[in-house]
Amino acid sequence: MADKKQDRSEIIELLRRMWVIRAFEEKLSALYAERQIVGLLHLGIGQEAVAVGALALLAHDDLVYGTHRSHGHAIAKGADLDKLMAEIAGRATGYCGGKGGSMHIVARECGFMTATGVVGGTIPLALGAAFACKERKQGRVAVVFFGDGAAQTGPFHESLNIASLWRLPVIFICENNGYAEFTPLSAHTRIERLAQHAKTYGIPSSTIDGNDLFAVRQAMTLAVEKCRAGSGPVFIECLTQRMRGHYEGDPAKYRELSEMAEWKKRDPLARVARALKSRQAITDAELQAIESEARAQVEKAAAFSLSSPWPEESAVATQVYAAP
Amino acid sequence: MPEQSYLEAIRSGLEEELRRDPSVYIFGEDVSLGGPFGATKGLAEIFGAHRLVNTPISEATVMGIAIGAATAGLRPIVEIMFIDFITLALDQLVNHAAKLHYMSGGQLKIPMTVRAQCGISGAMGAHHSQSLESWLAHVPGLKVVMPATPADAKGLLKSAIRDDSPVVFIEHRGLYWNKGEVPEGEAALPLGQASVLLQGDQMTVVALSSMVAPALAAAGELAAESFSVEVIDPRTLSPLDIDTIAGSVQKTGRLIIVHEAVEQGGIGAEIVARVQQQTFYHLDRPIARVAAPFAPVPSSPALEKHYLVSKEKIIAAVRAALS
Repeated sequence: MADKKQDRSEIIELLRRMWVIRAFEEKLSALYAERQIVGLLHLGIGQEAVAVGALALLAHDDLVYGTHRSHGHAIAKGADLDKLMAEIAGRATGYCGGKGGSMHIVARECGFMTATGVVGGTIPLALGAAFACKERKQGRVAVVFFGDGAAQTGPFHESLNIASLWRLPVIFICENNGYAEFTPLSAHTRIERLAQHAKTYGIPSSTIDGNDLFAVRQAMTLAVEKCRAGSGPVFIECLTQRMRGHYEGDPAKYRELSEMAEWKKRDPLARVARALKSRQAITDAELQAIESEARAQVEKAAAFSLSSPWPEESAVATQVYAAP
Repeated sequence: MPEQSYLEAIRSGLEEELRRDPSVYIFGEDVSLGGPFGATKGLAEIFGAHRLVNTPISEATVMGIAIGAATAGLRPIVEIMFIDFITLALDQLVNHAAKLHYMSGGQLKIPMTVRAQCGISGAMGAHHSQSLESWLAHVPGLKVVMPATPADAKGLLKSAIRDDSPVVFIEHRGLYWNKGEVPEGEAALPLGQASVLLQGDQMTVVALSSMVAPALAAAGELAAESFSVEVIDPRTLSPLDIDTIAGSVQKTGRLIIVHEAVEQGGIGAEIVARVQQQTFYHLDRPIARVAAPFAPVPSSPALEKHYLVSKEKIIAAVRAALS
């Protein structure tokens, strides 16, 4: 499973990041249940290996575009936990001053460029960013996440076509979690492997186990190399599963309990821990410490967020237009 | 001052801005080949095909590409060949371009200009003749510009391109070959300022885009009968220079708004609502609108003629209000 050459400390660092995402979203779920956070909340619990594996290799100035389920992507790109949680909680101290919220996170300082409430909506944006990277000749790349549901939208196909045509340095990461909202993928398309679409448009692609951190990281290593070398886009389909419903409050009755049990066995965090333990590269106490530290960081972010002020009324109609 | 057509003025505005700022790029169908009317003719030869980016017929994605390029530091111009096709790109325009500055708490700017041409210009049917400006003026975060003269087209286009917010710049195809004086060199005109084209004291006529010329012609004919009509072109619909219009109505006590778009829900309704708030006690007559009937644009030239607002319809409305 794990490449033996991979540095132990690096793998532990990636596991730490996965744990921070897991703890962050579990805390959001708890705060949501207490109505301390309101609105629409889409959690990616179970999909952490995709976010961390895909973004660990990127440089600070590479540009990342997310989805409606992007807390993990933002954290993996280096977003500050306090400002991120405050934004989700609607506070003035959040990244966007409370004007974005869970689905519209922007953390420009670390290159997490935007999430979106529109399925597939950021795919064209990533092409534009990749176009700018290419024109500026700085070797930067753009990465865009989207789900299996987005693969049935028009702009997805338009974007694959144009990215291929213009050889844009963009990496498409399809988080195929098998469900578009409540409906299984099989009810939306006869195409079983969404990477097949990439083949149609002449884009190198692979379908991998998205719950395997090492597989994601390896696929991404190749993709980033290709993109930086100027050979055009790459498409990675990551098979994964969200452990929660489509949104918090969704009882997810459309899924069998057995299906969930099966996916729990494939929990990406547990798999990394098992891999490290099988190499006797980590102790139970060290694993426990990683989890505890992640939860402590998240508790601090929650305390910061919930004690932060609400935005002032005077902010309602500011920043509609850029100041001249 | 040299004369240029409206189309030549746009082309020279694009050329000057491409030269001034290397972050300006033009995206659209056929743009490197000059486009169907020649608005970008010769520009690829000067600036290279990498800055005049020919795109497939994928309006939604091309709009998104421009927005993404803007988030990454470029200053893109998107050409939507006919505004009727902007419908395909409205998701990106409304949900991302218009809102990203606000939703990001000011972290992102979208300095993008969308050029599109609108309107009726000779039996092109319901998919190549619409006027959709009022939809766009309803969206916070977008600016909407509709020039009526070559000088305004060039001056406002330059300001639109330099603006750090998304601007929809709506040209009228029927005006493309009209000539007018255009100042040479630096001639950027500020967005959000109406232009008083003719002074008068009995009636204010607000006319947009293609309606400016028939409104001025109507005012000229009425002047021969000693009716004094003031004609104002708002030029920018969002932000709307309501003070200039309201100031005029305080003087004249009468207002007629003329636009080519259908009357229901048109920008005229917004002007009425805002003007009456400032001028209610100055009004001598109810405010009237002269606009298209609530129907798609017909294809037959015979029907199209009836559909379109004419100088005669404007004169009739003014007479009714002054009688």
